[in-house]
Amino acid sequence: MRLLPSGSTAVLVELDDLDEVLALYAALVAAPPEGVTDIVPAARTVLLLTDPARTSLPAVAAAVRATTPDRSGRSSGELLEVPVSYDGEDLAEAAGLLGCNAAELVQRHTADEWTVAFCGFAPGFGYLTSASWTWDVPRRATPRTRVPAGAVALAGPFSGVYPRESPGGWQLIGRTGLVAFDLSREPAALLRPGVRVRFVPEPAR
Amino acid sequence: MTRSVTVLAPGPLCTVQDAGRPGLAATGVGRSGACDRASYRLANRLVGNPADAAVLEVTFGGLRLRADTDVVVVTTGARCPPAPAHNSPLELPAGRELTLGPPVAGLRTYVALRGGIDVPPVLGSRSTDLLSGLGPGAVRPGDVLPLGEPCLPMPGVDVAPVPEPTGDDLAVRVSPGPRWDWFTGAARDALLGSAYAVTGDSNRVGLRLAGRPLDRCENGELPSEGMARGALQVPPSGQPVLFLADHPVTGGYPVLAYVDDDDVDRCAQLRPGQRLLFRG
Repeated sequence: MRLLPSGSTAVLVELDDLDEVLALYAALVAAPPEGVTDIVPAARTVLLLTDPARTSLPAVAAAVRATTPDRSGRSSGELLEVPVSYDGEDLAEAAGLLGCNAAELVQRHTADEWTVAFCGFAPGFGYLTSASWTWDVPRRATPRTRVPAGAVALAGPFSGVYPRESPGGWQLIGRTGLVAFDLSREPAALLRPGVRVRFVPEPAR
Repeated sequence: MTRSVTVLAPGPLCTVQDAGRPGLAATGVGRSGACDRASYRLANRLVGNPADAAVLEVTFGGLRLRADTDVVVVTTGARCPPAPAHNSPLELPAGRELTLGPPVAGLRTYVALRGGIDVPPVLGSRSTDLLSGLGPGAVRPGDVLPLGEPCLPMPGVDVAPVPEPTGDDLAVRVSPGPRWDWFTGAARDALLGSAYAVTGDSNRVGLRLAGRPLDRCENGELPSEGMARGALQVPPSGQPVLFLADHPVTGGYPVLAYVDDDDVDRCAQLRPGQRLLFRG
């Protein structure tokens, strides 16, 4: 664990890999240090934002160093089932890039249990990873200007669900009726860091 | 009867802002809120509002509004004649208008109305986040803005003596960011020894700056990481971006340095063409 400076109100913790991020994030969320307003996990880091009126950066750094990572994080989160129609525009192409056929790609995508590692890009957009998903999927050479809400997609080691219509460069393999981000719901975001996900195939319409 | 004001003209950009949405960054929702937090806090204090009440953030003046009921109003931040209420609360009788011309210096004016603007909150905040699209959206001509009931006494302050935003170069304090060592010595010297001009592409997300390019010595790809307000992020062009209120929660370009949080408020008052000097 390396603590890196991030201005007068934040501390960035750099870790060796995503599993360490998930473990530290789970422990920090369970017992947030006093005065910390946000804990933001990412691929290899956890950022802590503070309220400078309530704490100091040395106090937060000491609290982080004293935190014991919670390594049960990947298996203990809430489990969400996401129904997917695997009829995405890029399904065949993505399978080709991975050297398999569409059916095999769907089988792997639904067999693995996924975990939301972190969010970004847009409110409620989760980056999902899976321990047994070893593929690395190239992004589209030219991003789409419009990806529909509910698109289920792949990029790099990640899978994701577009929470609303937006531009995007991920490979689209299917779609879900699940609304990943809904302001009228509490919590608005379904795909929060630590949430476990299982994709369930629906018959193609 | 609901207290309200009616917006006759919003100017180039007018949004409702409050203290923002802390606590949701892990779900991809940034804090947003007033760009110049010090001026925002002062505005609420001067009209006896709670610290997190919603106000108008007016970009480069141009706002005209009419009081539908008697209301106490104040402006802070960039002073916009002929509006008479700058740093000095004023009773605006029902039917009377408040007009903000172009600011004398600075960019953003905060208009606090006693009781606070009571539009429906989104995820706990009335702020408009121009990056994520959350919140009520930019204020439009004809909008009727409901006001809350005053719940605190007036502070009994006639004028708050605060310095006006500068129209000249602005010197701010910086400290090394998490990727300070990804940049060449020449880049660090350039940052601390030369001036960076604010360009016209700047907005509530960030100030896009132009100056001596900040070159990297470490050219690996950076996995996206969390970023805070005040980050000086350097894209491949070498021209830095200073993150303001609506900055993305995470970013994939390295952060060379951070501007001190208090100084970010003053950066939020810079106009295109003004220059920033970074002091270590």
